[in-house]
Amino acid sequence: MSVENYDVIIIGAGSIGTPLALALAERKLKTLVLEKEASPGQGQNKCAIGGVRATHSDGSKIKACLRSLEIFSTWNKKHGDDIGWIKGGYLFPVYTERDEAVLKELLKIQRGFGLNIDWASPEKIRELVPGIAAKDLRGGTWAPEDGSASPLLSVNAFYRRAAKLGAEFHFKEPVKELLSEKGAVKGVLTSRGRYAAAWVVNAAGADAAAVSELAGVKVPVNPDCHEAGITEPAERFFEPMVVDIRPGDKSKNYYFYQNWEGQIVFCLTPQPPIFGHDRRSTSEFLPEISKRMLSLMPNLAGLKVRRTWRGLYPMTPDGFPIVDFPAALTGYVLAVGMCGQGFMLGPGLGEALASHIAGSPSAEDREILAGFKLGRSFAGQEKLK
Amino acid sequence: MERIIEHPVLQPGARAAVNFTFDGRPCSGLEGEMISSALYANGIKIFSRHKKDSAPQGIFCANGQCAQCSVIADGLAVKSCVTPVREGLKVETLRGEARLPRGSCLVGFGRVEELETDALIIGGGPSGLAAAAELGKLNVNTLIIDDKAGFGGKLVLQTHKFFGSVEDCYAGTRGIDIAEKLGRQLKEYPSVKAWPDAVCLAVFSDKKVGVLRGGSYYLIKPRTIINATGAREKSLAFPGNTLPGVYGAGAFQTLVNRDLVRPAERLFIVGGGNVGLIAAYHALQAGIQVVGLIEAQAECGGYKVHADKIKRLGVPVHTRHTILRADGKDGLETVTIAGVDAKFKPLPGTEKTFKADTLLIAVGLNSVDEFHAQAQEAGMDSFICGDAEEIAEASAAMFSGKITAHKVLKALGVMAAPVPQFWFDRLEVLKSRPGATEAPAAKNHAKPVYPVLHCCQEIPCNPCVTVCPKKSIQLSGDSIMTVPRFTGDCIGCFKCLLICPGLAVTMVDYRKDAKNPSVALPFEIGRGLVKKGDRVRLAGWEGADLGESVVLDVKDFKAENTLIVIVRASPETADLAASLKLYPAEAGVKSAAELSKADDETMICRCERVSLGEVRRAIRSGIRDLNQLKAVTRAGMGACGSKTCSTLLVNIFRSEGVPPGEITAFTKRPLFVEAPLGAFSGAKCLTEADEKASWSGF
Repeated sequence: MSVENYDVIIIGAGSIGTPLALALAERKLKTLVLEKEASPGQGQNKCAIGGVRATHSDGSKIKACLRSLEIFSTWNKKHGDDIGWIKGGYLFPVYTERDEAVLKELLKIQRGFGLNIDWASPEKIRELVPGIAAKDLRGGTWAPEDGSASPLLSVNAFYRRAAKLGAEFHFKEPVKELLSEKGAVKGVLTSRGRYAAAWVVNAAGADAAAVSELAGVKVPVNPDCHEAGITEPAERFFEPMVVDIRPGDKSKNYYFYQNWEGQIVFCLTPQPPIFGHDRRSTSEFLPEISKRMLSLMPNLAGLKVRRTWRGLYPMTPDGFPIVDFPAALTGYVLAVGMCGQGFMLGPGLGEALASHIAGSPSAEDREILAGFKLGRSFAGQEKLK
Repeated sequence: MERIIEHPVLQPGARAAVNFTFDGRPCSGLEGEMISSALYANGIKIFSRHKKDSAPQGIFCANGQCAQCSVIADGLAVKSCVTPVREGLKVETLRGEARLPRGSCLVGFGRVEELETDALIIGGGPSGLAAAAELGKLNVNTLIIDDKAGFGGKLVLQTHKFFGSVEDCYAGTRGIDIAEKLGRQLKEYPSVKAWPDAVCLAVFSDKKVGVLRGGSYYLIKPRTIINATGAREKSLAFPGNTLPGVYGAGAFQTLVNRDLVRPAERLFIVGGGNVGLIAAYHALQAGIQVVGLIEAQAECGGYKVHADKIKRLGVPVHTRHTILRADGKDGLETVTIAGVDAKFKPLPGTEKTFKADTLLIAVGLNSVDEFHAQAQEAGMDSFICGDAEEIAEASAAMFSGKITAHKVLKALGVMAAPVPQFWFDRLEVLKSRPGATEAPAAKNHAKPVYPVLHCCQEIPCNPCVTVCPKKSIQLSGDSIMTVPRFTGDCIGCFKCLLICPGLAVTMVDYRKDAKNPSVALPFEIGRGLVKKGDRVRLAGWEGADLGESVVLDVKDFKAENTLIVIVRASPETADLAASLKLYPAEAGVKSAAELSKADDETMICRCERVSLGEVRRAIRSGIRDLNQLKAVTRAGMGACGSKTCSTLLVNIFRSEGVPPGEITAFTKRPLFVEAPLGAFSGAKCLTEADEKASWSGF
């Protein structure tokens, strides 16, 4: 069997693997992406609703997403390729005293990282989201520089550019074995061939734990799921991603926005969480989200729901990703456990990780990866999942 | 007003008029009528402008499946084909995207009712109704749902008499009358609950079925599920294929036969299967001129009696022809066709252009099987019958519904015995494609009065045999597929003429005048069209002109809704005459349409207006996954959920030389019909318009 040689092999052409391939190709590294599905983004990437925010609660994520925002927001200008980017901002409207306290506390941390986020008055919120329920509205946090892009268009744009710069993509080719020798990665074996590389990146999303077994490295990634849907388009009438953090009968938070085509895209976090790989829609979702969204925005009642789906959130115990170079196997790289934020983290993480692999990480690249170590205690909790 | 007042078979019911406006213009509709039909009746055919390129859009499926017919009604974007018109309704052209009502006040939420049933039947057409009756007979708790206001499915659009066997599937009875019989039968079974106006939206992974009934959402938990969801029409890719006025035969039949609206003056039809042939016949019954019908194959695929029937009346049937393009500014004005070679490639120099305001696409059907697929995926006891299982005639659908009901009875443990094998055999016969055509039988008797059977193609049909009181019409073999023969005596009772679905029986009578026979011809085009003493032209069984004749008498058989026209004939023509010829054929204008003209403008995804050019470029860039094609071009992402374009897309891959094995199919996700967000929680909201309306009386 002939062996092809690469600098880096990425397992998974999704939210993380595709922009990483682009970042590696830009750094002139010979890259191969192996994907079990038939085209880019066909795993959980296409289930993402498209929100991109830097307004998280910790430095690593904030820095990675600021980098992502830069890439998403300038993509069309740089490459003449529309990925549906809208700088619509993120809005967390607040209706209870407790939520106000939580978000205001968080606001201090977020502003400490230099983020453009502030407390908005009820009047301001009603102006941003016409028709939002006014009763008990106390205000909310408003981050005008966050936004959204189309996951479908973005992953294909990253893919096309990566391919143009020389990255190779093999679809319908799952990895069967990870080859190593004397504690160092040598390459991978698939149903179609053997490929050699000094670096193998696990960017397998919801399948990350199983893929990591091939490397003999245990990773605490366990997918749960969120259900999402999209409506017919309507004339644009609000800009922000609206996140309602109140709990519902059968759910935690939910969020929605109006995408670049005018369609409302919405997503709900079931409570209790549903773990596993099942991606088929349940009958519970629409009644629950309908009630919750219409309590907040009654004027959406007549808008027709077009499609629903369920996407997996590859969760880690503390809600933060694992992006690391495990000591057990030299050359094996983890870019896993994105906890449902792979789409917004992908481009930024891709750059930071590519710089590490290329051997020239900047201080910021190091800071980004610093928060995502495999060896951490996983005892903390992400405050704003 | 474009309403059908006179129809040979259908009688317009008395309905109150309602007044509404379209873009401010006063219009008149009928109570309970869908907005789309009311607009057509007022001569309005453009309902919206697409947001991508402002292209005019009008009726397409008339079946609630797509959203081409969307309009703004009292401020909300609605599908006009499933939204009834009401007094004072303000209808407006939808331009681009609809504007949501800004202020809206939530009054409260309803409860999503959950219901359990032993059997859920999705679809109240021939197969679903037949299944419901079988389950009802054994008192099985059954719920049958249909998205229309009445049961019968496409039977309610069929004014012609049905084929098949009298004992198994009401052969010789008109589709509309079968629908009524089956509907009435439902009421005899107390264990069968029937929900009209109930749209199945999805079958979920937790084995519940989401149904939107009226405006309310229900979750049904069935022990077994029967998918009797019928078929949807295939579409065709050619330049101009989305012009208003170009749509499916099903939509046409809905307008004409359900809503008694005359949508066309000059009609052209693509497709010589039974659907296209019958649509042509329905058009003639509605007083619409059929300018032509084309079929790519050398012979029409539908029953020969259907094809002959329209040829005899004067409809030009062009076999070995294809459509090149449809043209018009804001709606269809002309249709250009061309002959094809053995590989179906257009032949230069054969182009002809016809003036037409409506073009029907009748190029076959695809099974509607998505709920069955989802139910199976969810691990439910799911069954499928009728066109949803395999495309065939309604006669076969009814029989397959019956068989499927028995499979369900077995699954539920109500009945232990398996379905008898001979039922399956009989179903196969009913599903048969037409067989060989024989030459018309030579006359071998000297009877003074006798029927002539212009029925020479093997099809599953036997009403003439069943109805003859003298048992003088017999099949030439054991199977109902064989052609009938006249042997024995005839008493001239007309029963065989009146029951024949193909209008293929005439009666020659020498009793009054041994030298100058009369011929009785069945006729169901229009009352008052032909009178005693009229000079008419006669046509042979395949439409050949037999010269002029005079009408001796017209008998109106009200119970059968059929006229019998008696004409004078000569001994030479008496046995040949099969019909009156109504129209002279139009030849079309030789046109200089350039065959090589780029067809990149052809729309493949009509919801998102993705052109053939865009799809080709994507395929040539290496895309092989339909999901990626969708992500990049939006083809298949629109309101209809790729119901129309998915077949077209696969064809384009094929014509680009991509082997089918390399293509990855669309991932199908619910919902399969769009439904308002508010329905899922029973939200009661008042918009500003509602509030204003509710106060207007004070």
